[in-house]
Amino acid sequence: MESHLTLRVDGEARSLTVDTRTTLLDALRDRLSVTSPKKGCDHGQCGACTVLLDGRRVLSCLILAVAHDGAQVTTAAGLAPEDGELHPLQRAFLDHDGFQCGYCTPGQICSAAGMLDEASAGHPSLVTPVADGDGRSDGHVRRGPAALGDDEIRERMSGNLCRCGAYVNIVAAIREVSAQ
Amino acid sequence: MTTAKPLDVRSVGTSPERLDGPVKVTGTAPYAWEHPLRAPVFVQPLQAAVVRGRVTAMDAREALALDGVLAVLTPFDAPRIVDTGDAEMAVLQSDEVAFRGQFVGAVVAQTPEVARQAADLVDVEYEVWPHDTEFSADRPDLYRPEAVNPTYDTDTDDGDVDAALAAAPFTVDATYSTPMEHNNPMEPHTCVALWEGPDDEPQLTLYDSTQGAHAVRTTLAGLFGLPGDRVRVISPHVGGGFGSKGMPHAHNVLAVLAARVCAGRPVKLALTRQQMFSLAGYRTPTVQRLRLGADTRGRLTAVCHDVVEQTSRIKEFAEQTAVATRMMYASDNRRTSHRLAALDVPVPSWMRAPGEAPGMYAGECAMDELAHACGIDPVELRAINDPESDPETGRPWSGRHLVRCLRAGAERFGWDRRPEPGTRREGHWLAGMGVASSTYPGYYFPGSVAEIERRADVGGRADGYAVRIGAADLGTGTWTALSQIAADALDCPFDEVHLEIGDTAFPSATVAGGSSGLNSWGSAVVSAARAFRDEHGWEPAPGARTRTGVESADGGPDYAVHSFGAQFAEVRVNTDTGEVRVPRMLGVFSAGRIVNPRTARSQFIGGMVMGLSMALFEESVFDNGTGHVVNHDFAQYHVPSCSDVLDIDATWLDEPDMQANPMGSKGIGEIGIVGSAAAVANAVFNATGIRVRDLPVTPDKLLRL
Amino acid sequence: MIPFDYAPASDTDSAVATVTARPGAAFLGGGTNLVDHMKLGIASPDLLVDVTRLPLDAVEELPDGGLRIGATVRNSDLAANPLLRSRYPLLSHALLAGASGQLRNAATTAGNLLQRTRCSYFQDVTTPCNKREPGSGCAAIGGWNRYHAVLGASEHCIAVHPSDMAVAMSAADAVVTVLGEEGERRVPLGEFYRLPGDTPQYDTNLAHGELITSVELPPLPAGARSGYRKVRDRASFAFALVSAAAVLVTDGGHVREARIAFGGLAHKPWRATHAEEALRGAVLGEEAFRLAADAELRYGQPLPGNAFKIPMARNALAALLRELAFVEERR
Repeated sequence: MESHLTLRVDGEARSLTVDTRTTLLDALRDRLSVTSPKKGCDHGQCGACTVLLDGRRVLSCLILAVAHDGAQVTTAAGLAPEDGELHPLQRAFLDHDGFQCGYCTPGQICSAAGMLDEASAGHPSLVTPVADGDGRSDGHVRRGPAALGDDEIRERMSGNLCRCGAYVNIVAAIREVSAQ
Repeated sequence: MTTAKPLDVRSVGTSPERLDGPVKVTGTAPYAWEHPLRAPVFVQPLQAAVVRGRVTAMDAREALALDGVLAVLTPFDAPRIVDTGDAEMAVLQSDEVAFRGQFVGAVVAQTPEVARQAADLVDVEYEVWPHDTEFSADRPDLYRPEAVNPTYDTDTDDGDVDAALAAAPFTVDATYSTPMEHNNPMEPHTCVALWEGPDDEPQLTLYDSTQGAHAVRTTLAGLFGLPGDRVRVISPHVGGGFGSKGMPHAHNVLAVLAARVCAGRPVKLALTRQQMFSLAGYRTPTVQRLRLGADTRGRLTAVCHDVVEQTSRIKEFAEQTAVATRMMYASDNRRTSHRLAALDVPVPSWMRAPGEAPGMYAGECAMDELAHACGIDPVELRAINDPESDPETGRPWSGRHLVRCLRAGAERFGWDRRPEPGTRREGHWLAGMGVASSTYPGYYFPGSVAEIERRADVGGRADGYAVRIGAADLGTGTWTALSQIAADALDCPFDEVHLEIGDTAFPSATVAGGSSGLNSWGSAVVSAARAFRDEHGWEPAPGARTRTGVESADGGPDYAVHSFGAQFAEVRVNTDTGEVRVPRMLGVFSAGRIVNPRTARSQFIGGMVMGLSMALFEESVFDNGTGHVVNHDFAQYHVPSCSDVLDIDATWLDEPDMQANPMGSKGIGEIGIVGSAAAVANAVFNATGIRVRDLPVTPDKLLRL
Repeated sequence: MIPFDYAPASDTDSAVATVTARPGAAFLGGGTNLVDHMKLGIASPDLLVDVTRLPLDAVEELPDGGLRIGATVRNSDLAANPLLRSRYPLLSHALLAGASGQLRNAATTAGNLLQRTRCSYFQDVTTPCNKREPGSGCAAIGGWNRYHAVLGASEHCIAVHPSDMAVAMSAADAVVTVLGEEGERRVPLGEFYRLPGDTPQYDTNLAHGELITSVELPPLPAGARSGYRKVRDRASFAFALVSAAAVLVTDGGHVREARIAFGGLAHKPWRATHAEEALRGAVLGEEAFRLAADAELRYGQPLPGNAFKIPMARNALAALLRELAFVEERR
């Protein structure tokens, strides 16, 4: 069954016809030749396909394209504000050598961008303490941006596997941008 | 081994950012699937659902009737290949099934969705034969392979091990096991094949994810009876390999078969993550018995390492697990052996430091056990037994600085704060430290050729140098580090070098394996650059070009060339749950000249992370009933997440090894994983007093009841 | 994957009517489990009714201080909700212990409740599995069952429920609101899930076409402390080996009330009523915590591959209760 839809991909309106079965990842890679998001597992277990969908980081391999007509999709290729420039996260990944083979990298960077926005919006992670004692129902919840120590960055980035083992440098890169 | 004139270094030793960095952080670097090609079609493989038997019938009518299906390949009608000698590569050439998951067919369709749907519609009937996949060191049918990977002696026996063990005041006799493990590079094995041209003069182009474009060309040209110049393999960027892309595998053949059937159209095939567990190689499980004898001062008097591992019944791969033990420590009495079980299992192959990684896990844990038994500090025990020359060959070391690595690491790590086993409690955690040695041979493979050309800009003015060689960058930093070597060899600024790699259109390069890549390709580039200067001087005209390689060394090597390292780990083990955390690891390496410290540090650390992973997480669970790896995905086959990797650092002694090659480098791709698992396991013992001898060290093995 | 139709739902009633009328239809929420299953060949719906745009995405405060959580509230938004985080720390913890940031941004409350087991054999259509294909057998019983059930399993199925969120909801006495063609019904979480018995193909007591519209949480008892402890093979982004959720009310060194649920042990979140009973009135301390865990876990029937879960679950619960009770450990 085919369906026609329009996606705004990295700032550009793209119309396409997809099979209802086509995932957002395959629509990007195989129909639109936007190959920045990668296919590492195709089952939501590695994070290589991470994109920002209407501003939030998601796994494009588990999302059906047909369900997102009109959506804004941002990949690592379109993350920078200006064409030909690098986003601060991309600059930091280069400075800190936050990758080796590079295959998980666009997903890492999209994930980091989404994650920093989540943290700014006050979203907690598993390692964010509830003020006044962990696990207590009488505690007050911290508001505002969660401070991102290394533990926070690691936990929030744990959905992006890197088999080259570049995590130390990935965390350093994100730490630098997070502090800006 | 080459004794060419040393390279004068200026760029080598500095840390330029990765040249391929900008396209990788934006995701625009083309990996195998991603080259823009007109009207591609898609392959969905069919895999054997039985472990052993025969395909008796395949009914593809329903699949072929589906709109968009172009072809269904079966063992009965697939194109024939000319050489079926390698059973792994003789894809669809016979109806026999040798392991579960083996290719038994494929669907080619206009879209991936249709290919997948059609594959489900192909009805395959089998005659099922009994199978045997059960790996055990007690099997009566273990056999002695003729050699172990690549060409090491299977067994060695020096002195009188039994007598020495019997006489030793301190002995260790322990059996360790390591599980089947899978390389799992992030980029699945991918091959896009295009078969074009007339029948009598076909041209085959492959966009492949490989550690050796020329090796893929050689193998596939042979299989399909094509001259080498009719096969081009393109592979500029590779999403990790760790050995599993070191040689072509069955999917390459399947892609070419499909391309032949759909000539003129690019045929895309990427293994799924699940398929990678049966079709792209793996590290054999091992059972390793270590026997050590030492005198009262901790000097080794006997070293015995007996290994049992598996191979596939259809193709032998014999991992060299005990080989490092032969040269690691001084002892007059040394014995090693390798025995194989040939099973109805997928074909094992290279995985990062094949041999050294599992072998040094067991050997370095045994050294820790011996240190404990003798009451000698584990760092000291290793220093006491540091041999002056290679015990195996008698040759002098080209540079063995293990003890310096150990001492420097111990100092920086705070080794003197190591507690007595099981005594340091921090809340509900037990803390401890471990150490292990690392080693890896300094391989150099002859045969690479490089081409240098003076480039011209659009106006015809001289514009830097093109340096061409079919080398690979699988995250190893080749784009950058080889450019640095070329700059120094040409004596030109780094940014005047325009490296071109990953294509058989360029001169032949040996495989990125055995940590040999930069040694081998760098030597060729140095040789070509020198020849270029000899031929064209210092103001070469645009278009001036020289192509040359390195002649293979005459005579045997005079030195034993190995890298060494010391790895330290701190672990915490939860007293309630057995969960293990690794707050710190430190590696200190001696690996010759480090070409690019920025990328080298990443690679050392990456190897250590994979060793941590080997210690704590990785295990391909093989179900002998179903006959396959059941945890065949990233949710179940655990590799470290970001939360598992805390403070890990690597440093090195800065010393070129001029016996190795003109750069003085020895290779760094693999040594990081060697010893790291032992350091973690030894730290777990130090923290808890529990000695886990079967990897991985999962929480259930550390539970206090 | 077979071809299917896709239809966004315009309202809950028509969504229910559409799916009820078509045996092959399914609701599509975040898709993190369903799309995965469609790729694996476990699920083959011929129509997906997308419910993510229905107005079911609010978290509302109830008059009694409880919360009503809309079915399509994303897991990440729920975990970050200030009311949920302050009143139900166990649930925020459990949500954040599950999956990854990206998955939590897509996964919905209802979808999380309805996610299916991660049993390797269930997920591999080339192997026998009574849950996926009734009557085909259970490959896990004689195969790899490290992650499988030690409580409430049957000879037909030893799968475990994978959700963290549902374990916390179980301890929080959650009630699921379900809309069917006959109207709305309220199902306490304890009656929502079922044990495998001889019909392991059914995970829940929902009928085809019934749509979860919300989950209601009654207020926790005054003075209660609550938390969630998950034990897994790696530090993050992994399913539980075992987990425990607890709500604890103490009174001068004694337990006044405890509500406890285990995850990773059974076909459903396992409400540990025997443990709760054993704790009532007990003196706070390691001994009481361990005895309480034993009171539940003595009914366990582990296999050789997962026997470790019994002591691991006991210790995890004891650790959680210790944390909630602020009792210095005495071991």
